[in-house]
Amino acid sequence: MATIMSFRTCPTTGLRVERSAERLIKANAVIAVVFLAIGGLFGLLVALTRWPAVHFLPADWFYLALTAHGIDVLLVWIIFFEMAVLYFASAVLLNSRIALPWLAWTGFGLMLVGAITVNVAVLQGQSTVMFTSYVPMMASQSFYLGIILFAVGALCGCVVFFGTLVVARRERTYQGSIPLVTFGALTAAIIAVFTIASGAIILVPTWLWSLGIVNHIDPIVYKTIWWGMGHSSQQINVSAHVAVWYAIAAMVFGAKPISEKVSRMAFLMYILFLQLASAHHMLVEPGFSAEWKIFNTSYAMYLAVLGSMVHGMTVPGSIEAAQRRRGYTKGFFEWLRKAPWGNPAFSGMFMSLVFFGFIGGISGVVMGTEQINLIMHNTLYVPGHFHGTVVAGTTLAFMAITYLLVPLIFRRELRMKKLAQWQPYVFGIGVAGISLFMMGAGTLGVSRRHWDMTFADAQLPFDYPAAAFMMMGLNGLFAVLAAVGGVMFIVVVVGSVFFGRKLADDEKPAYPPAPPTATVAQYGSEPEMRIPGTTLLVGVFFIAFVLYYFVNWKYLSEVWPLS
Amino acid sequence: MAASKNNEGDGNAADPQGDEPIPIMQQLLDNPFLLLALGIAVPTIFYIVWGIIEITQIPIAE
Repeated sequence: MATIMSFRTCPTTGLRVERSAERLIKANAVIAVVFLAIGGLFGLLVALTRWPAVHFLPADWFYLALTAHGIDVLLVWIIFFEMAVLYFASAVLLNSRIALPWLAWTGFGLMLVGAITVNVAVLQGQSTVMFTSYVPMMASQSFYLGIILFAVGALCGCVVFFGTLVVARRERTYQGSIPLVTFGALTAAIIAVFTIASGAIILVPTWLWSLGIVNHIDPIVYKTIWWGMGHSSQQINVSAHVAVWYAIAAMVFGAKPISEKVSRMAFLMYILFLQLASAHHMLVEPGFSAEWKIFNTSYAMYLAVLGSMVHGMTVPGSIEAAQRRRGYTKGFFEWLRKAPWGNPAFSGMFMSLVFFGFIGGISGVVMGTEQINLIMHNTLYVPGHFHGTVVAGTTLAFMAITYLLVPLIFRRELRMKKLAQWQPYVFGIGVAGISLFMMGAGTLGVSRRHWDMTFADAQLPFDYPAAAFMMMGLNGLFAVLAAVGGVMFIVVVVGSVFFGRKLADDEKPAYPPAPPTATVAQYGSEPEMRIPGTTLLVGVFFIAFVLYYFVNWKYLSEVWPLS
Repeated sequence: MAASKNNEGDGNAADPQGDEPIPIMQQLLDNPFLLLALGIAVPTIFYIVWGIIEITQIPIAE
């Protein structure tokens, strides 16, 4: 069957971009941003309610908003954007046509219908079961059906991604190995297939249970397999945003990884071990052996953490090497001081890297340790951790690359440049504050998913320490700051995509500036290996890591004195 | 072609036309479907199957 294809050549990078792939990237990115806005609004309502002085929503609306917030931002926004990343990293970076575009559009349609279905189900008030939807709580059948449709659509996107890899290799649109950014996207796609399979295994029977066809779903089996989906879906994000870090380093600085081989090995650690971290949700379940818990959350997960630490060194290391190549060689940090901090793609990416490592990464290892997990399990520490990974890490990285995609893929000039320059700082600092204060409140015992931390109508009164109330107030303030940052992002992106000046076919965008090479689509390592500034930063990270890890053991010893 | 070229001479390039045999690890990393199989098999065995076996061994209350 003859296929009509049309390509354009990007005047900035020299990459050939197939129109069909370009339309898919645009559609997925636009819908992603729409759901970011919806999910972000629900998140603000949740934060305002957990702010004791405001306590904005009544209880039923609080739990409804919390359910919608989890679904819309943890699944819908991020996976729609990841579809855009998969199509960009395969078709665009490999100079290829996209495989099976009809399947990609079918998947897009299923994801959209699924997302709308699940949102309607939640807003109707019969599906206030939280993101986790643990049985025996039963949502309306359309809630489960919506998630299943969304997952099937995402699976179609993964099939298209793998198909495009096959097409590109067969048609020899690249030579040798795929570039590192595409390898990172491959890692995300592999984890996505496991995630979706786990979701199908447990949500299809649960949907049949909601229809009355199946009599019983075992709660512990549900919880185990559900987290194969629920936690692994966040590991798709990690792989995708690390790929985005490498992409931005290459597109802004022309940076190559310090060692392509080592970075690919770090992604292999993700492929093999990252999904096993799902077990940390089961650490207080009495039915599992210590061997299962410790193998999955410690030994194996640490290998995945090792992968993250490799990326945490090689991404800034590659930037340092590229900057030193340009002549920024004074002292340890001239390369960093003279980095383009006014370019939102770089500032967003660098803050994403730092916050993901220092906040999300370290707290993840602490929570993955069976003993010290006991002091924060199911407290606000948990959402504090994953706001550090998924929001400060993934969302900020996705926002950062959007500033490059608007001129390169949407072919529109970025509008409101000052607002764009400030946006990553406002959003990043807001989210870092949310994460830190939630973790602080969680360490003081404040439970997650609770409408009223004063327990005003409880038969047995309980008072959290005053510091916990202060933490929740600060959490509310920083949530408002993050919401302002989110609105700034949407205003800039929507304003640019719909009202920005259209760039001519051969016109290079003036802002954000990008080097005139397509390093992002090349395989190969940086020849410069001298990275003293990054080595020092990694040393600071390790000291923080060790101190925080052992501080939590001290907390545990105070909770549970043995002498 | 502007993109997807190997870096010549950096020692990392995977050139199928070269004389040197491709290392086995690189062959693994260049095979997306083998990686897909591993990425599904490892968590399925260690997390899901082992976990379900543990659940089935929980004694039922009488």
